[in-house]
Amino acid sequence: MSRYTSVTPDDLREMLATIGVGSIDELFDAVVPEGVRLGREIDLPDGMTEQDVYDHLRDLAALNTSTEDEITFLGAGMYDTYVPALIDMLVTRSEFLTPYTPYQPEISQGGLQVMFEYQTAISELTALPVSNASVYEGPSALAAAGYLARLANRKGRFVISRAVHPHSRETLRTMARGYGVEVVEVPLRDGVTDPDAWAAAIDDDTSAVFFQNPNFLGAVEDAEALAGAAKNSPAVVVGAYDPLTLGILVPPGECGVDVAVGEGQQLGNRLDFGGPSFGFFAATEAYLRRMPGRIAGETRDVDGRRGFVLTLQTREQHIRREKATSNICTSQALNALAGVVYLTWLGRQGIVEIGDLLLQRTAYAREKLAAVDGVTLLHEQPAIREFAVRVDAPVQRVIEYCQDLGVNPGYALGRDYEEFSDGLLVALTEQRTREQIDLLAQVLGEAVAAERGARAEVTA
Amino acid sequence: MTVATETPLQREPVQTIFEKGRPGRRAFVCPDPGVPVRPRDELLPKAFQRREPPRLPEVSEPEIVRHYVRLSKRNFDLDSGFYPLGSCTMKHNPRLHERVTALPGHARLHPLQDPRRAQGALELMWNLERALSEIAGLPHVSLQPSAGSHGELAGVLLTRAYHEDRGETRTKVLTPDTAHGTNPATVTMAGLEVVKVATNEDGGVDLDDLRAKADTDVACLMLTNPNTLGLFDRNIEEITAIVHGVGGVLYYDGANLNAVMGHTRPGDMGFDIVHFNLHKTFTQPHGGGGPGSGPIAVSDRIEPYLMTPRVVRRDGDNGSGAPVFDLDFDKPKSIGRLRGFHGNYGTFVRSYAYIRSLGAAGLKDASEVAVLNANYLLAKLRAEGVDDLLPLAYGKLCGHEFVLSGAPMKRELGIKTLDLAKRLLDHGFHPPTVYFPLLVDEALLIEPTETETKETLDAFADAIVEILREAREDPEIARNAPYTTPVRRLDEAGAAKRPVIRQEL
Repeated sequence: MSRYTSVTPDDLREMLATIGVGSIDELFDAVVPEGVRLGREIDLPDGMTEQDVYDHLRDLAALNTSTEDEITFLGAGMYDTYVPALIDMLVTRSEFLTPYTPYQPEISQGGLQVMFEYQTAISELTALPVSNASVYEGPSALAAAGYLARLANRKGRFVISRAVHPHSRETLRTMARGYGVEVVEVPLRDGVTDPDAWAAAIDDDTSAVFFQNPNFLGAVEDAEALAGAAKNSPAVVVGAYDPLTLGILVPPGECGVDVAVGEGQQLGNRLDFGGPSFGFFAATEAYLRRMPGRIAGETRDVDGRRGFVLTLQTREQHIRREKATSNICTSQALNALAGVVYLTWLGRQGIVEIGDLLLQRTAYAREKLAAVDGVTLLHEQPAIREFAVRVDAPVQRVIEYCQDLGVNPGYALGRDYEEFSDGLLVALTEQRTREQIDLLAQVLGEAVAAERGARAEVTA
Repeated sequence: MTVATETPLQREPVQTIFEKGRPGRRAFVCPDPGVPVRPRDELLPKAFQRREPPRLPEVSEPEIVRHYVRLSKRNFDLDSGFYPLGSCTMKHNPRLHERVTALPGHARLHPLQDPRRAQGALELMWNLERALSEIAGLPHVSLQPSAGSHGELAGVLLTRAYHEDRGETRTKVLTPDTAHGTNPATVTMAGLEVVKVATNEDGGVDLDDLRAKADTDVACLMLTNPNTLGLFDRNIEEITAIVHGVGGVLYYDGANLNAVMGHTRPGDMGFDIVHFNLHKTFTQPHGGGGPGSGPIAVSDRIEPYLMTPRVVRRDGDNGSGAPVFDLDFDKPKSIGRLRGFHGNYGTFVRSYAYIRSLGAAGLKDASEVAVLNANYLLAKLRAEGVDDLLPLAYGKLCGHEFVLSGAPMKRELGIKTLDLAKRLLDHGFHPPTVYFPLLVDEALLIEPTETETKETLDAFADAIVEILREAREDPEIARNAPYTTPVRRLDEAGAAKRPVIRQEL
């Protein structure tokens, strides 16, 4: 008996007698054939008390430098956004935390209504009429949009901007190799997708085109122009968006995007070293019956009461099997709950205010950093919450220097872009104050000066 | 039959948070920018600006709390009662896991933090990988997949990469007709073709059919064992020999691993790839349908193709310092990424805490009690004399779950499996999985898990007995059930025909 099981010796005797076997071993003899039985105990440490497990997990946590331990400007897809306390309370309520997918709608109305509200919020945010109840996370959401396009038009090429998150591009390539679609990457010009190369890459065999807005370098793309370039092709236009910018940025549904996807972490979810979070997935009406994942719909019960069910299930794997629109079984229900509560908490005014706040602080930080000796802007495009600079010293060493002083200055772009080996991607959230930005500028200046010197010494 | 009075929850008007809002109400107080504010048009060209704000709800914080807490009360959950949903392994979710996952060192760790400053997270992932490797009997683990179906996709893509690297084009994936729907859906997504293998009269793979279909076009066999009938395939060694004999890869769907931990290992059975459902076997809370987590373990021959990045451990300085953990991106034969960052780390913390809490003996105990409970409930139902109406579909004993057929009940009493399930709701139980697996007529798939006490299992058996007794007198009662839930039977056909999937604003 462990602390999570409850069979007493008396129970065991009675249960075995009812089954008609003499022992647990005898039961397993009947269940697992002799030839494949493990003739030893598995080699794992002994169990621990709750207190000891807590201590061990706390000790491991203490080896990590979290966003509580340093002032961070690290973003690149996940952001140190404040999670309001009411979300902690709601996502740890047993009623939301411990049920499974609402297969029995009569006793799952809470979860189903949350999905319905989530879908409504995502539709509003994206200005697209159809949203599913969420998918795993951002990059795989983009890849799922590729699969939707492939099933819809059977064309053979994906065209993707190099300014899309590197993880999204890589995930798309992994998946596309599976079902045999070629992936063509369009280069950047001045920090945004090169419009001429983009237009030239799209042809009659293009299944989908993918851009990100704001893009990975933080630059706002001309979404309408990018979508417009695909207008006379069969391509499904896929836009990956940062949801927290959609209070002020023109929404995908108003600039010709067919499918909008994105990472939902910044909406009320913790960083959690990269997951779990959720990906949002919204589309035009034309793709309603091609959507991947769960969708909640409104209906009535036999007495006429308003209620909600999982709907359009004939798209899904448990019914359509090999003909399904996706193999996805579940949404990220708990993370999407945090998402819709966060959007509700922000509200109609707050989503605009937070967008403006990010815009203003980003502008300030950009100006401040550009004034630092040895730091220049990587591009001059409009930016809402993230921007890229070049530093005149080895980036990795600069980052380390800053981190030793308690400031994480951002992401080394050279990890994904050889052409930006001197690039640093700096992210703002509503938690980064002017004082912290000023500190970043000061520390970064010191770091560049020191590391530039260090390099000079090495050369000499 | 109708009930005379509505329950309070039934009377409660259903309104979405959007309908509760009033212009001007708010919960969020925006921080002051604290920087010199410039006109928006200077920073963002007018053409890129949104004209109308999204119509998000306008509500105060107390309203948000009350709305969602009230909604939560319209859910049934595992912490409140028995949840024998077959193939989902609804086992207890220890609260300790929520506490440790929420520690800022885990919860507020950025995924792109320098590995040298994320040593605790990488050590945890390494330790979890080693534990899963030992449990599966396969040497290499990737934690990246986000769910079981995502792990399956990884497995099939790895299989493809393995064959292609050897210069072979193999297109067929064998899947038993008992398989989860995700198996065939995954195969199509990976650009391969599903070939169904029949089930024999014992509920296992039909060996003759397997032999007939196993040829050099077979990329792999996907097998769940114990299968979705709750049965461990007695011919497992022969099955693996047949598939290996034609050069195929063996993929183990770990959905039912909870039956066999510490007793047998897929790697030892001859499987090359296994996916784990951390949310099932290793008690990640199901969250109302996600998040999940679907790590995979693989054999040496599959390892070169695993997703990147990989967690690696290096010896410390001079071989004497503490080991150092890192992420390795340099895997030239890797299939690449299946998602962003490193997987659902929050679920790793929980499952790792679970494995450390139980240890080897506790995990074995979990499987033993899961199998004991399932067999006990099956025997108890039989002892209560319900097997004429709800016979076991295959075999005599079961693994950690079992499938009953409601076909005789439907014939004799005129109530369907669905009616029985809905009437169980009035008894305060979550029904079993119904109408799956597909090859059993009127199927009920029951998985009690190791969590439940004998008293709970007895009470559940009593409820089944009572529902059947009641149906014999008046089948209409079950046919119109449930009566006590916040809503009663819902018009699902109507919902699909005229989809309303968002609030009209």
